[in-house]
Amino acid sequence: MTDNNDQGATVARRSGGEVERSPGRDRRPAVRDSVIPAPGQGFGVTFAQIFRKVTTEQYPFEPKVTKPRYHGRHVLNRHPDGLEKCVGCELCAWACPADAIYVEGGDNTEDERWSPGERYGRVYQINYLRCIFCGLCIEACPTRSLTMSNDFELADDNRRDLIYTKEQLMAPLLPGMEAPPHPMRLGDDEKDYYVRTPEAGSPAEPVVGEKV
Amino acid sequence: MGLEEKLPSGVLLTTVEKVVNWTRKSSLWPATFGLACCAIEMMATGAGRYDLARFGMEVFRASPRQADLMIVAGRVSQKMAPVLRQIYDQMPEPRWVLSMGVCASSGGMFNNYAVVQGVDHIVPVDMYLPGCPPRPEMLMDAILKLHHKIMNEPLGDRRARHLEQARQEGRTRDLLVEMPSTVRADKNLRRAYEEAAAQGRTGQFAIEQRDGNVVLPEQLGRVAR
Repeated sequence: MTDNNDQGATVARRSGGEVERSPGRDRRPAVRDSVIPAPGQGFGVTFAQIFRKVTTEQYPFEPKVTKPRYHGRHVLNRHPDGLEKCVGCELCAWACPADAIYVEGGDNTEDERWSPGERYGRVYQINYLRCIFCGLCIEACPTRSLTMSNDFELADDNRRDLIYTKEQLMAPLLPGMEAPPHPMRLGDDEKDYYVRTPEAGSPAEPVVGEKV
Repeated sequence: MGLEEKLPSGVLLTTVEKVVNWTRKSSLWPATFGLACCAIEMMATGAGRYDLARFGMEVFRASPRQADLMIVAGRVSQKMAPVLRQIYDQMPEPRWVLSMGVCASSGGMFNNYAVVQGVDHIVPVDMYLPGCPPRPEMLMDAILKLHHKIMNEPLGDRRARHLEQARQEGRTRDLLVEMPSTVRADKNLRRAYEEAAAQGRTGQFAIEQRDGNVVLPEQLGRVAR
């Protein structure tokens, strides 16, 4: 141990405080092999750039097409007859790591039915200034009521308008849908309602392409 | 500002206002205030692929004295808050603040004692941008919305009073700040959006434009294959 230290100290002293590196072939300065003079080489890089493909996106003028599974703004879906899929179970609110979702359930009655089943989401709010678009709410949703679209242009100039209410999040009524509240229209009993073959060609039916 | 307070208001001054606002929004230099992961997206927005230079904004100023817009990118800790306020105070008027990402806007998922629950506790914010982190297009969208706001800003106190009075009497049109930039860039889409906004149906607008599809049809084709 002490021997090593002494040796290192002597080497350093001999070379004036620095340990000298072994002179080798790698220590020579770089030699330029090209016949083109250096400025020509430099401008050549700039000139070659003209023929490269332009990577710049023309964003606001050409809409950005995201990947299909991009986590964008939420949508509350509807059954093909227009009833809401949300049953007000609050599982999305429980799953949310940022506490961005607020749900209040309400009871369906025979006169006023908003969703099939016992309950519906009476109040549904997502605070987009808390939401981190992680998609845990989508995984938690038992009825596939809550899904995500690919829309992302959400910026606004006040905090109040970025708390989206149920009216903003609900999917639009498509042809063949009827605005709730109304009784269940698909089939005679609950089994018919849920387990049935979708009508081909109807815009109100869920997307078939996803199942492939 | 001074001179415009002494001049009679009218056609001349509104035109001057438009020109002034146009110059302000056309070279809106941002101050670098990257605090966390959002700053990476902010840098990407300034780089070649997204190219903020298209809007005259490519120069991120390290000195607040030369900056007009502070993009607060990332969560602001309690310890960083006075620094942020000082940078803001050092910026010359007129100045704007863009709160980028959920952490800067409201604290986001960091609802704890260490993080400021929204930079609007410290500085006035002109544009809130959700996302964690927002993609570069989202930042550009927020910046373009801010440009739209700047274009409609009143010049001077008297003009501001006139505008405020007109707003209370319902003589002004809604600015529709939340209109997506791709919609605003297209004249027909913009008109359709204004109609939807009058009916209070902006939430369903995007899906209705795609004939009820939540995602774009060509993307669905990609999934099916």
